[in-house]
Amino acid sequence: MIEVTGLSKRYGTYLAVENVNFSIQKGEIVGFLGPNGAGKSTIMNILTGYLSLTQGKVTVDGFDVAENPEQAKRRIGYLPELPPLYTDMKVREYLNFVYDLKKVKFPKKPHIDEIMRLVRIDHVQNRLIKNLSKGYRQRVGFAQALIGNPDVLILDEPTVGLDPQQIIEIRNLISRLGKNHTIILSSHILSEIQAVCDRIIIINYGEIIADDLQENLSKKLSTDHSIVARVICDERDMLAALKSVKGVQNVVCLGKKEQGSYDFEIIPEEGADVRAGVYSRIAERKKTLLSLTSSRLTLEQIFLKLTQATSNDAARKMLGLDEDSAAKPAANEDSSSFVIEIVDEIDTKEDEE
Amino acid sequence: MRAIFKREFKSYFTNPLGFVILAVFYFFLSLAFVDYYSSGVPYVGKVIFFLSDIGLLFFVIPVMTMRLFSEERRTKTDQVLFTAPVKLIKIVLGKFFAAFALYAMAFIPTIIFQMIVSSQGDIKVPISYFLYALIGTILFGAALIAVGMFISSLTESPITAIIFTLISNLFIMFSSSFASFITVPTTSESTPVLEKIWSGFLQIIVDFLNGMDFRSVLASFGQQTLAIKDIVYFVSIIIAFIFLTERSLEKRRWS
Repeated sequence: MIEVTGLSKRYGTYLAVENVNFSIQKGEIVGFLGPNGAGKSTIMNILTGYLSLTQGKVTVDGFDVAENPEQAKRRIGYLPELPPLYTDMKVREYLNFVYDLKKVKFPKKPHIDEIMRLVRIDHVQNRLIKNLSKGYRQRVGFAQALIGNPDVLILDEPTVGLDPQQIIEIRNLISRLGKNHTIILSSHILSEIQAVCDRIIIINYGEIIADDLQENLSKKLSTDHSIVARVICDERDMLAALKSVKGVQNVVCLGKKEQGSYDFEIIPEEGADVRAGVYSRIAERKKTLLSLTSSRLTLEQIFLKLTQATSNDAARKMLGLDEDSAAKPAANEDSSSFVIEIVDEIDTKEDEE
Repeated sequence: MRAIFKREFKSYFTNPLGFVILAVFYFFLSLAFVDYYSSGVPYVGKVIFFLSDIGLLFFVIPVMTMRLFSEERRTKTDQVLFTAPVKLIKIVLGKFFAAFALYAMAFIPTIIFQMIVSSQGDIKVPISYFLYALIGTILFGAALIAVGMFISSLTESPITAIIFTLISNLFIMFSSSFASFITVPTTSESTPVLEKIWSGFLQIIVDFLNGMDFRSVLASFGQQTLAIKDIVYFVSIIIAFIFLTERSLEKRRWS
């Protein structure tokens, strides 16, 4: 459905997007994940024809965005970061305008009515957009993208600035739309991507550093696949006992997390499953096992791990990707400050939930 | 194009701006009509020319054009326009005609004035005088709209747009006065080559400044005949600036 090859975008001397390649099949829900300024919005603006590209080729349903923009644009519904609303218009009036602008072929009134019902704005249709709250404006923006029933929906941070209730509603809406649309969604909020997307493209410094299904990503990264055991025991004895289990490479004591117990991280040798061995060893010693968890990485950890890497090449190495792309000078000294930002975001997200 | 025209034209009347602009035009037209009529000059063409004679158009038209593109860019609503399956030139034309339609509405009362004059005047003034003045002034305004629209497409703030449009309009207004400050030295066979080049250069500047004077071109619409070259003059300015607007918007995508 969408084919992007060798896409680069340069603003003056600043290279915002560099050699980006991906292709998206019909019906996929793909998440663009990346910190602020990573180039997500730029890529989306290029896909929708708002910005031109410096190099490369973008086709939508076989139509080149640069050579045949009208055909390509006809297939895309775009919700930019800031919904492009004329605040001096009423909701229905605005949607009528977009309908006329896009030269939609469906019968006008039923089409707009249906969309307004879908995003639940039919009860505000006669109000001025400037009097609507942020959540409703976002939904009007959504409605605008849906007009003409385009095959592809491109949503740039669709839940930014919404309250938790609205976020859930918008997410449900995206999932519902995903059944018969191809959706590209961008966000720097991880749980959002996790909740709705099948496939994730992680972007950092204008480059793609990972592009895979959600579960594959975490599998690839957690090669060590360690497990954590919480046991009521004496620290030294248990450490030695666990180390002697067959297939265990190393054991690290993580300290007391719960009264009277210790946590041990058990790192197995490659490919070894040590869970049964660990359990029977603990049982042998007549100690109480409180929990045994696999420390498979969550998306948050993947994201941190990848973007924390000092350069995109290092991140690729983590994923075991070959580095055929030319080595670039890493201009990433500020990556640590970015990590702080992400951590903040995780905190606020947790607060919300 | 029709959708954009409709929205843009309507937006003049969702706030007082459109009404204020029309009120200003109507006020000055009526004032001129009453004045000329009572002093025995029942010539509606003069009433129409009054708007450009006092320089009113130079100040009111920038108010009409300042928001056309700058506001869209500031509020990012241009994203809905530029990602819609519409050619850029159609967006530009839609906006141009919206401003033009508002401007043209200003001259509706002059039709009534002409009807009053024709119905009871003892002195018969040919109706062509009225029509030529109308055509000329409408083209004159359309050219100013095209210039203003172009300037609006260059900036992100309506205030910057109106300031630069006013500056450019003042330049157009006074360009022939500027030209009169420059004296081109007369040359003969014996003058040195360098001086000949210099005077030729000055002559080009003077010609350019004189050529920039929209009002002197408009004045020729007050004659009894309609000169095609004057129509071509305004139409080519309109086309040039519509084209430049389209280019400037396209350029923005590339920067």
